[in-house]
Amino acid sequence: MNSILLYALAGVGLFTLGLYALIVHAHLLRKILAINVMGSGVFLVLVSLGGRTPGASPDPVPHAMVITGIVVAVSATALALALMLRVQAKTGQTLLPEERLE
Amino acid sequence: METSGVSNPVTAVLLNFRGYDTLLEMAVLLVALLGVWSLGSAAVYRRSNPEPVLLSLVGVLVPMLLLMAGYLLWVGADAPGGAFQAGSVLAAAGILMLLACKRPPVQLLGWSLRLVLVLGLGAFIAVGVSLLSASGMFLQYPPGLAGALILFIEAAATLSIGVTLAALFLGGRLDPDA
Repeated sequence: MNSILLYALAGVGLFTLGLYALIVHAHLLRKILAINVMGSGVFLVLVSLGGRTPGASPDPVPHAMVITGIVVAVSATALALALMLRVQAKTGQTLLPEERLE
Repeated sequence: METSGVSNPVTAVLLNFRGYDTLLEMAVLLVALLGVWSLGSAAVYRRSNPEPVLLSLVGVLVPMLLLMAGYLLWVGADAPGGAFQAGSVLAAAGILMLLACKRPPVQLLGWSLRLVLVLGLGAFIAVGVSLLSASGMFLQYPPGLAGALILFIEAAATLSIGVTLAALFLGGRLDPDA
């Protein structure tokens, strides 16, 4: 097993960890963090697969896509956090409607 | 690769071969900021009393961060670096200054802020449209001018990315009466 495969598997592991946290946690901040961890896993897979040819210089296209993805993830996270603050201001809770205790 | 105007392959992909991706990404940043602003004013951003440690740290870090952003922007042509890296360093400087403010900097509001926010996307589209009218191809740089055009777009994009990210950090519109 070479190091590229190890990075890619670590990315898959991060994605799975994030997916698990997204499902089991009700708090919206934890859900946003979980989605970010999932995104980091995807970026790790993409970057590591860009260098899977041994000896050759890494493929720049996945790297450029990851830079684009990071910026989009940051702006989406900022929007999600602002929405979460709005939900909290309206309802006093940071939970989705299905999770709320009546 | 030789005709792309830059020798860093990642910058060449971002700004030349897949320029559309980057163009639309600038639009995504603006739309996210519009979404945050449409949710209301930055009410959570309360008046604070910055600690002297923070103030002296800001005095040391902000000039260094500005220098680093300029370096990253320039070096992006032939080494790892570029508009997004420089823009996020610029945003870090902006956030540090916002944290050191006693009250929201309402004097920054108005058209100058909005102009800087759309500068990156505007410069990108302006270059694309002028190339479209000159050569009939959108964002198809002539080989001699490619390096200069990419640097121009990147400089505008760096400013816009930095200011947009710092504005996103505030979490809402800055209203004069806030």
